[in-house]
Amino acid sequence: MTDNTAQTDNGPVLAADGRPLKASLRKALRAQKIRAMMLIAPLLLFIVVTFIAPIADMLFRSVENQIVGNTLPETTATLESWDFANGEPPDEAVFEALYYDMFLAAEARRHTRVGSRLNYEETGMSSLFRGTGRSLDDLGDDYFDVFEGVDPIWEEAGFWYDFMGAGDGDAEAGGLIDAQRDRLSALLDEPVAGDVGFVPDAEIAAILPRTADAYAAFAAYTALVDEDVVAEEEPWEAVFTALATDLRRDGAGEAIAAYSGDGAAELQAAYEARDQLPDISYTEFFIEEDEDWGSLDTWGTIHAYSPSFTPGYFLTAIDMRLTPEGISAQPENLQIYGTLFGRTLFMSMVIMGSCILLGYPIAFLLANLPMRTSNLLLILVLLPFWTSLLVRTSAWKVLLQQQGVINDLLVWIGLVADDNRLQLINNQTGTIIAMTHILLPFMILPLYSVMQTIPPSYMRAAKSLGATDWTAFWRVYFPNSVPGIGAGCILVFILSIGYYITPELVGGETGTFISNRIAYHISDSLNWGLAAALGSILLAVVLVLYWAYDKLVGIDNVKLG
Amino acid sequence: MNASSGSDNFVVFDRVQKSYDGVELVVKDLNLAIGRGEFLTMLGPSGSGKTTCLMMLAGFETATHGEILLDGKPINNIPPHKRGIGMVFQNYALFPHMTIGENLSFPLEVRNIGKSEREEKVKRALEMVQMNDYQGRRPAQLSGGQQQRIALARALVFEPELVLMDEPLGALDKQLREHMQFEITKLAHELGITTVYVTHDQTEALTMSDRVAVFDDGRIQQLAAPDELYEQPQNSFVAQFIGENNTLMGTVSKIDGDQAEVTLDDGEVIDTKPVNVNKVGDRTLVSIRPERVEFNKERLTPGAHTIKAEVLEFIYMGDIYRTRLRVAGSDDFFIKTRNAPDQRRLKPGERIEIGWRAQDCRALDA
Repeated sequence: MTDNTAQTDNGPVLAADGRPLKASLRKALRAQKIRAMMLIAPLLLFIVVTFIAPIADMLFRSVENQIVGNTLPETTATLESWDFANGEPPDEAVFEALYYDMFLAAEARRHTRVGSRLNYEETGMSSLFRGTGRSLDDLGDDYFDVFEGVDPIWEEAGFWYDFMGAGDGDAEAGGLIDAQRDRLSALLDEPVAGDVGFVPDAEIAAILPRTADAYAAFAAYTALVDEDVVAEEEPWEAVFTALATDLRRDGAGEAIAAYSGDGAAELQAAYEARDQLPDISYTEFFIEEDEDWGSLDTWGTIHAYSPSFTPGYFLTAIDMRLTPEGISAQPENLQIYGTLFGRTLFMSMVIMGSCILLGYPIAFLLANLPMRTSNLLLILVLLPFWTSLLVRTSAWKVLLQQQGVINDLLVWIGLVADDNRLQLINNQTGTIIAMTHILLPFMILPLYSVMQTIPPSYMRAAKSLGATDWTAFWRVYFPNSVPGIGAGCILVFILSIGYYITPELVGGETGTFISNRIAYHISDSLNWGLAAALGSILLAVVLVLYWAYDKLVGIDNVKLG
Repeated sequence: MNASSGSDNFVVFDRVQKSYDGVELVVKDLNLAIGRGEFLTMLGPSGSGKTTCLMMLAGFETATHGEILLDGKPINNIPPHKRGIGMVFQNYALFPHMTIGENLSFPLEVRNIGKSEREEKVKRALEMVQMNDYQGRRPAQLSGGQQQRIALARALVFEPELVLMDEPLGALDKQLREHMQFEITKLAHELGITTVYVTHDQTEALTMSDRVAVFDDGRIQQLAAPDELYEQPQNSFVAQFIGENNTLMGTVSKIDGDQAEVTLDDGEVIDTKPVNVNKVGDRTLVSIRPERVEFNKERLTPGAHTIKAEVLEFIYMGDIYRTRLRVAGSDDFFIKTRNAPDQRRLKPGERIEIGWRAQDCRALDA
C-alpha cells in the first residue's frame, strides 16, 4: 500500500498516527455531532417541555388516584381488611379513623376534593363529604363542654401544650411529629417543612394514644400551615373527642393512676368524670349526620378507589366501570364514549374520503398546468390557511344555517321548498362539510408534491403503447400518485380525529367528536383523570392506525413533500 | 444501406408548421418523406424543432398547419394510442410500479391480446434485447443500460411498423452509448421497422442512420446520407455543425465548372469547389476538413495552389496529431494527421506550405 493507512493482519485498520481508524473517525465526527446537537437543543428542549412532558403527565393522570389515600390515609388502611361481599358496613374502627382523617382534611379544606373525586364514581359523594365536614366539630364540642365543666383548665392552650409535650427530662415520643408532617405534605400536595415547636411526650402518648395523635396533628397543622405558636392555640375539637375515646378505653384507669407527669391530677379528675361524657360512637355520629355513611355503596366506592393507581378512568372511557363488586358495564343510558369514539372514527373516514374526492382532481390540475398558472392556483388553495380557523368556521355557520346562503340559494333555484329547508348545520353534515373544507389543503399539498414528480412521459409512454386516456391514467398515473394519497390520508385522518373547534361550533349534538368530550372534562367537569384516559385511548388508536397503515401501505411509500 | 429510402413514402410531412404561442413558428414549412424500413435521424441543436416534429408524429402535439401522413393516411386527427407507433423516451419512461414483465405486457394487455400469446411475445421481446432473466425485476433495480434495453423492447413488443426514439441514449455513458448505438441499428434493420431517431449528438446520427435530417431554426438544412452530409455539406451551418471544420473568408475570383478560385482576404489564392456561390465577386465562407489538409508536397496534386502557414501548436492525441496553424491571418486553423510511423511531427515556429484537393474545399454561403 502506498497510502498512509496500515492494516495489521487481523487487527483493526489503523490511521496514519497508529490509532485505530474507527476511533480517529469518531473523534473527527464528535465535534460535528456536538455542533448538530447544539443546533437542535433549543427545539428539543422546547418539545420536551411543551409536548413530551405534558403527554407523559397526561398518561400518568389517567391512572393516578392518590387523592383518596392521601386525604383519608388511616381510613383506607383500616378499610383494607373490610370485604364488600359481607354485606355489612365497616366497623367502629373504620369510622373512628374516618373521623380523624376527615377532621384534618376539613381543617385543610381538602375533604371536598376527595368528595368531588369520588363523586365521578358514585353520585352524592360530593355532598356527603361537604355536609359531614361541616358538622365534625359538633362531636368534639359535646365532649369539650363536659371536660370544661370538670375543670376549666382543659380550655387553656398552655395547659394542653405542657400536658402533651415532653419537657424537663421527659421521654420523647419518636416519630409522631414526623408522621404528621409527611401526612400534611401528602394531603396538601406540596412539601411541608419547618419546626413544629412541639415535642410529644412518650409517657402520655402511651396512655392516651389517640389524643397524642390528634394533638400532634393539631400541632403540626398549627405550626406548619397556620404558622401560629402551638402553645398559644386552643386545641381542635377532635383532640377532646380523642381524649374521651382514650378515657373510655379498657385499662385506661390503671395507666392513668400510675401516671405522675404534667397534669396528672387533672387527667385523674377527668377520668373519674368519664361517665358524664355523652355516649356516642363514631359510627352513630356519622350515620346520624348522613345515613349514606351506613350505605354499602358509599364504602364500596371508597374501598374500590383506595389504591394509589386505578383503572377506573380507563374503564369509564370504554363505557365500563369499577364497582365494589368488580368491573362491569356502564348502565346503558351512561354509555356514551364508545358511540363517540365510533362516531369520531367514522366521520374522520368520511372527511378523509371527501377530501380525496375533492382534492385529487385539483392536485392533478395543479401538477399539470404551466408553472405560472399553477402557482396562482396554489395560492388559492393555500388561502384558507392564511385565514383564521375561527373565521372560516363561522363563515360556514353563515352559509349553512337554515336561513343561510346555501338554503336561500336552493330555495331560490327551487330545489328545496321554503318550508322544508335543509338542516345543514349543528349535525354531522355540518361537521363533515366544514372540516372537509378546512382539511382540504392537507390533502391537496402532498398529492400535488407527489404528482409533480410523476414525469409527463409516463402518460405519453402509456398512450404511445396503445392505452386510452383513461387506461393510461388508471394503470400508470394513479398507482404512481398513491404515495400522495397515503400521505394526505394520514394527515387528514389524524388531524380530524383530534379536531375540536370546528365540531364544537358546527357539530351541534350529533356532530361532535371525542375531543369535544375531552375538552368538556378538562374545563367543565374538571375530571382530568377521565380526560387523560380518553386522550390516552385516542393516542393509542392513532398509533395503532399508523402501525396498521405502515403494515398495509408501508410508510416508506408516503411522501409528504 | 439506403436502398429502401425514398422508394415508398411511409411517413410524410407535408408543409407542416407548428407554433406554440401564435407568435413564433417552431417548425417552419417542414417537408419530409421517410421510406419504409428507413432509419432516419433528426439532428440539430436544442430548440431547432426536431423534438416537436417527433411529438407531432407521435400525436402528442398537433400541427398548426399542414398534414402528416402515415402509410398514406392523414393522422392529424388520430389520437396517439390509435397510431400504433412505438416510442422510446429520453428517460425511458418505464413504469416504476410494474415489473419488467408487466411493463412489456402493458401494450399487449391494452390491445386485448390473450395471456399465453402475451407471455410468448414478452419472452421473445426480452430475448431480443438479451434481458430474459430480468422479467420479475422492477425498473429501479436495473442499470441505465438495462433500462434502455427494456424501453426498447417495450416499444417493439407490439410489433409497430414505426418506432420513434427521442434522444434515447442521452443518459448513458460513452462506452455503453456506442454499444447501444450498434444494437439499436442492428435490431432496426433486422426487424425492418421504420425508425425516426432524434438526437443532438452528431456521431450518433452519422453512425446509426440511413439518412440524417439536420434541423436548424425550424427548417431542415440538409437531408442526406451520413457520408454525403459530412463530405458535402450544403451550407455553412451544416458544415460547422457536423464534425470539425476550418473556415476562411474570401471572395470568388474565378469559376470554372466545379472548380473555383477564391482570393482570401489577405490576398492568397486557393482552389475550391463552388457549392452555393454563383458568380465572381461573391463573398464566400470556405470550409475544409482538418484531415483533408495536406502539407506534404509530394501528395499534393501538381499545379494546385498552396498557401503559407506557420505552426503555432502541436497537440499529441494518441491516434492522431492535431496541429494548430496560422493561415491567412486566422489563428485557429487545425490540421489532423494520422499517427503513422512515417508521419512527421511539426514543430511550433516551423513555416510550411499547405494545400488540398479542390473538391474537399467547399465555397459556401458567407
